[in-house]
Amino acid sequence: MVSLKRIISDLRVFGRGYLRNIVGLFFGLIFPVILIVIFGMIFAPSSSGKITLYVQNQDGGQISNSFVNALNNTTTVEPVLISPQNFSQYLSAHSASDGLIIPSNFSADYVAGKQVNLILYGNPSQSSSAIVSGTVTALVNQFNLNYYHGTSVIGISQTTAQTHVTKYIDFLVPGLIGFSILVSPMFSLVNISSEYKRIKLFKQLSLTPLTKMEWLASKVLFYILLGVASFLLMVVVGVLAFSADVVLSVWLIPFLILGPMLFASLGMLVGTVSKNTETAAVVGNIISFPMMFLSGTFFPISLMPMYLRDFAHILPLYYIIEGLNAVMVYSNYAQATTDLIVVAIITVVFFAAAVRLFKWRED
Amino acid sequence: MIPVEVSSVKKYYGNIKAVDGVSFSVNEGEVFALLGPNGAGKTTLIEIMEGLRKRDDGIVKVLGLDPWKNGSTLHRRIGVIPQDFTFFDKATPREAVKYYADLFGVTVDVDKMLREVVLDDSARILFENLSGGQKQKMGLALSLVNSAELLFLDEPTTGLDPNARRAIWNVIRGLRSKGRTVILTTHYLDEAEQLSDRVAIMNHGLVVAMGTPEEIIETHGSGERLEIHGTEELANYLKTNTKLQVEYKGKDLISIVLSQEHDALATLTAIEESGFKWHDLHTKRDSLDDVFVKLVSGRIDEKGEVSLEDANNNSRNHERR
Repeated sequence: MVSLKRIISDLRVFGRGYLRNIVGLFFGLIFPVILIVIFGMIFAPSSSGKITLYVQNQDGGQISNSFVNALNNTTTVEPVLISPQNFSQYLSAHSASDGLIIPSNFSADYVAGKQVNLILYGNPSQSSSAIVSGTVTALVNQFNLNYYHGTSVIGISQTTAQTHVTKYIDFLVPGLIGFSILVSPMFSLVNISSEYKRIKLFKQLSLTPLTKMEWLASKVLFYILLGVASFLLMVVVGVLAFSADVVLSVWLIPFLILGPMLFASLGMLVGTVSKNTETAAVVGNIISFPMMFLSGTFFPISLMPMYLRDFAHILPLYYIIEGLNAVMVYSNYAQATTDLIVVAIITVVFFAAAVRLFKWRED
Repeated sequence: MIPVEVSSVKKYYGNIKAVDGVSFSVNEGEVFALLGPNGAGKTTLIEIMEGLRKRDDGIVKVLGLDPWKNGSTLHRRIGVIPQDFTFFDKATPREAVKYYADLFGVTVDVDKMLREVVLDDSARILFENLSGGQKQKMGLALSLVNSAELLFLDEPTTGLDPNARRAIWNVIRGLRSKGRTVILTTHYLDEAEQLSDRVAIMNHGLVVAMGTPEEIIETHGSGERLEIHGTEELANYLKTNTKLQVEYKGKDLISIVLSQEHDALATLTAIEESGFKWHDLHTKRDSLDDVFVKLVSGRIDEKGEVSLEDANNNSRNHERR
């Protein structure tokens, strides 16, 4: 018979021990928040998000000045004027790849209708160079059109695919919630299950009425509580500090319950089948690290090459993060239901395997 | 009911015979010590009785139950300090006792319990900061939580300082006076002698002697001896001129077995007749220690695996540990 009283009393001792351990607290609650702050700051959309373009204006005439002004008025490029000197040396000295030279006869030739070429420096492997090139080409076309007093026939009116624009932080919050759902229970259970086996603490506990099922249930319960605390903390930081736009719904509850249960069971399995603490740590890392980076934790999975996207489908965390995204970002509950079913099946399998393979005592 | 009955129990690990056919029973209210060097099979045997290990052969009944099959029923009725007792690093003795009480579903006076094992002054210190002796006392407190009728204490004082050992001894004596049955393993002879009603000496998975310490000394000891300081020549003189069992032990020490009452008188007369010088005459009887060393190294000698000297070194090493 499973006794709730024993589960609670084990939970109390374990939880108190956890809160007294600064390392556990750091990785459980503080580390995910630090990640959200760091990544949030790195990828925050900023007003000066333009690409710097070094411009050497050898002409200085009216037309060249208005070309530079036009560049300045774009949303993508910020021209920085530099004095006459060796241009390519200047660029490499400033570790810059994007530059533009306006030749000395630019204004006069333009007025005279004589062919004149701008010299554009760029690095084909960098996306910033492509943006610069596109912007400069568009301006050149506009100036050519103006020369003949022409007007555009085809125009573009821009809009976005979603009802609201999703920002990086909107993906980061569910991603890092998934991250903390994985990291705390997984690493902790890998460690304690192999360590308790080593110091024979399981054997000792087997001499009490506590059952292994109750012991595991109390750990799962603890990591659900920790997961919820970490979830609230991350949502608050994401919303207040980075204006994350996330939907909070009851749909999140099953993910926050099943997630820690899944990874606590997986950690338990790894610790149980590994011969010693060192092997357990290595196996735990081999399983956790690919999952940590390839499940859409730090960036949307759509940015990855196709074969990695296929690979991600075998990672349990993928379904948790996809489900969290479906609820928090897209409010797509059909998708969330599919993910939830997958997560529930994996969880049941892992939990049952952990309870079955994990032994209190030896033969 | 006889609390513990063990009959022809065997446990092999590959070629290693950890327990090789052991039989004994422990009576109610008795303190029974399993004595032996490390590797003798004490812990394997005690873990089989606790239901932590499966035996390969034989019959074990603990409180009338098969410990392996009825482990969870049995565990509610026994108290255990495992060898190298350990606990959660970040819990205090007070929390540990409360935790065990909750698990066993009993109400205990935590303070009284900690006072009983002389741990009340460290009740709020985290386990990781307790000394070795304090940790063992905490283990003892936990084994008492469920007021078990039978207690298994596996090397409860190993590595402890004399004060801590004495504190634990007092608790064990208290248990005995309350009529509890205690099975204790130890490799300290004085501990077995001080605490137990009966002792079983184990070596290489076998019980090589069993009974009260007096009975063991009587059965396996070499009886009363006369020891005298004198030269090897004197020893040889006694060997040639008397029917006494004489042994020259080196360093001017001669030992004579006193098997009959007049042997002492015969010895003194012969010494006087020899004209050799002598001094420091006294009689000696084997202690449990002497018998233990003899039994343990004897077995090794019989199998011809280890020399007598190695065996003595081994038993000394075990003493130190």
